[in-house]
Amino acid sequence: MKKRKFGLALSLVLAAGTILGACGKSEEKGGETAGGDEKEKAFSVAMVTDVGGVDDKSFNQSAWEGLQAFGEENGLEKGKGGFDYLQSQSDADYSTNLNTLARQDFDLVFGIGFLMEGAINEIAQQQKDAHFGIVDAVVDQPNVASIMFKEQEAAFLAGVAAAKATKENKIGFIGGMEIPVIERFESGFLAGVQAVNPDIKVEVQYAGAFDKAELGQTIASKMYSSGVDVIFHAAGGTGNGLFKEARDLKKKDPERELWAIGVDSDQTAEGVVEIDGKEHNVILTSALKRVDNAVKDLSTKAKDGSFPGGETTTYGLAEDGVGLAPINPEVSAKAEIEGAVKEWQEKIKNGDVTVPSTKDELASFSAE
Amino acid sequence: MGLMEILLIIIPSTLLWAAPLIFTGLGGNFSESSGVVNIGLEGLMVIGAFTAIVFNLTFVDVFGSMTPWVALLAAMVVGALLSILHAVASITFRADQVVSGVAINLLAIGAALFLVKFIYGKGQTDIIQKGFSKVDIPFLSDIPVLGKLFFSNTYYTSFVAIAVAFLAWFVMFKTPFGLRLRAVGEHPMAADTMGINVTRMRYIGVLISGALAGIGGGVYAQSISSDFGHATISGQGFMALAALIFGKWHPLGVMGAALFFGFAQSLSIIGSSLPFLENIPNVYLLIAPYVLTILALTGFIGRADAPKASGTPYVKGKR
Repeated sequence: MKKRKFGLALSLVLAAGTILGACGKSEEKGGETAGGDEKEKAFSVAMVTDVGGVDDKSFNQSAWEGLQAFGEENGLEKGKGGFDYLQSQSDADYSTNLNTLARQDFDLVFGIGFLMEGAINEIAQQQKDAHFGIVDAVVDQPNVASIMFKEQEAAFLAGVAAAKATKENKIGFIGGMEIPVIERFESGFLAGVQAVNPDIKVEVQYAGAFDKAELGQTIASKMYSSGVDVIFHAAGGTGNGLFKEARDLKKKDPERELWAIGVDSDQTAEGVVEIDGKEHNVILTSALKRVDNAVKDLSTKAKDGSFPGGETTTYGLAEDGVGLAPINPEVSAKAEIEGAVKEWQEKIKNGDVTVPSTKDELASFSAE
Repeated sequence: MGLMEILLIIIPSTLLWAAPLIFTGLGGNFSESSGVVNIGLEGLMVIGAFTAIVFNLTFVDVFGSMTPWVALLAAMVVGALLSILHAVASITFRADQVVSGVAINLLAIGAALFLVKFIYGKGQTDIIQKGFSKVDIPFLSDIPVLGKLFFSNTYYTSFVAIAVAFLAWFVMFKTPFGLRLRAVGEHPMAADTMGINVTRMRYIGVLISGALAGIGGGVYAQSISSDFGHATISGQGFMALAALIFGKWHPLGVMGAALFFGFAQSLSIIGSSLPFLENIPNVYLLIAPYVLTILALTGFIGRADAPKASGTPYVKGKR
């Protein structure tokens, strides 16, 4: 009996140890009482990541890079009174982290990602003097500035590139879940393809998950084997399966021309294939979402005293909030693609073309 | 799309998905047959995937194209080592086996992520260059029709998995060792009376389960995800556990169940391109695998009886 109790205690300690281990390090030494001896306080800004963490190769990382750039430009140091971040280990940390940062007198606190919508809404009402920013969601409070993106414009350019690169006139799109953000990607992409050549057939399929690489792989396998030669994904980790499939097929048949298009950040590194000592890459380009530029821009605005509280700022091509990564030099039609992308980029920037953001708008979209 | 084309997509992806589940499910089978519930399969897969990827990235220059296979061996060893923890807690110290298994799950993901951060300084590893990739199996792929369906555009690991399932069946049902293992899981006291060392058999069962689950994780990481991050193994260990129950604690049943899961998943993907299914909304196709699984578990397989002593620690001399 004694032994059994000891064993139970041992496993409980193990379990507790791992749980506690996982939630370490988010405590900040917030002890110092605010001594008012500083005459003019530098503008300070901080952010709370969602569970992805600051090195998620996606929007958290991008936002943190934006803050770092802002800090460098204004001679700030990392930490209290400069620029800083808190990482969330679970959904329950959002409110606590936002509160912690607001109490440390940061002039502007960002919540990164639509998951934080509720937490920002709650804390903004409690801390009415603090300023907040939220990325990828809209919070209607006087002290919250919302940042949204025109993902459809980046996807449109990706569509143009895909349409110029395809030889079979068949293109694929893999979506994560059917939510408004992904719908913007899909609509923009389809419109871009259509603008170049309305005869191209685009196969659209949703995986229903953002973290199931095997689903992405099967969908990609299906599309590539039915003759599709360019696939764009807006599906997070599910997209890893697309890259795996593209690399595998390329390795098996190096002559075959097939491409994948990345999303959010430049995903070139995911497409490297080594065949007989020679390096190839299957990533055609990536549709970029410049969270860093947006975060930096909003921080600058707030520093200059024009914090857009209660408003939604939408960043598109014209504001450098979205864009397209460089085209893969292996593509035979590289120059032509770049030319077309540039041309459409201008048209979108100066407002000649409005890219559809929903499927309904897409139905009535015409490129002329 | 013709029937042939459909099968050409469904069969390879079924085999691809089933491989990690078969390995891990068989691991669970060895452990549970010996009387130790192993909820920690998920964690063992995580550690296997982590080890395989790190090993692959580190030693790719040394082993060249053999790297993924050697990495699997490494994953096997590390998986077995981690499972010792479960064995010590649940056999020697007679702790609650479910609690100890959950501890393994939490420990594995925490430790693996910490180490990734420690080694690479970021939240996930780079992608591996030498993973398991698509092959046409020599000779076999030349068989008319069947060769194209089963042996083209596929992965060696799937066939290794199926071979291991048959091997496991042979070991468990045709050798003295297997008989002893099952005896210990059904009625440890009777087995003990006949001179079988219950503790030793159970340790072996748990170690084998750690080794196989480690391989399962390694196969998944090297043939599907290609890198290691927090979402690499998300629920596959529990799927394997479901395959174990669905397969009625029998190695070949486990294999069949894993193949069925893989088939249902591929069907949900391919469904939107089938002429008679294309009008069904996507969401119904996506939930189809889970609905099929529940139906199969409740209706078709009849009673599934776990090994009788599964989950209860053995105390010598206690009635």
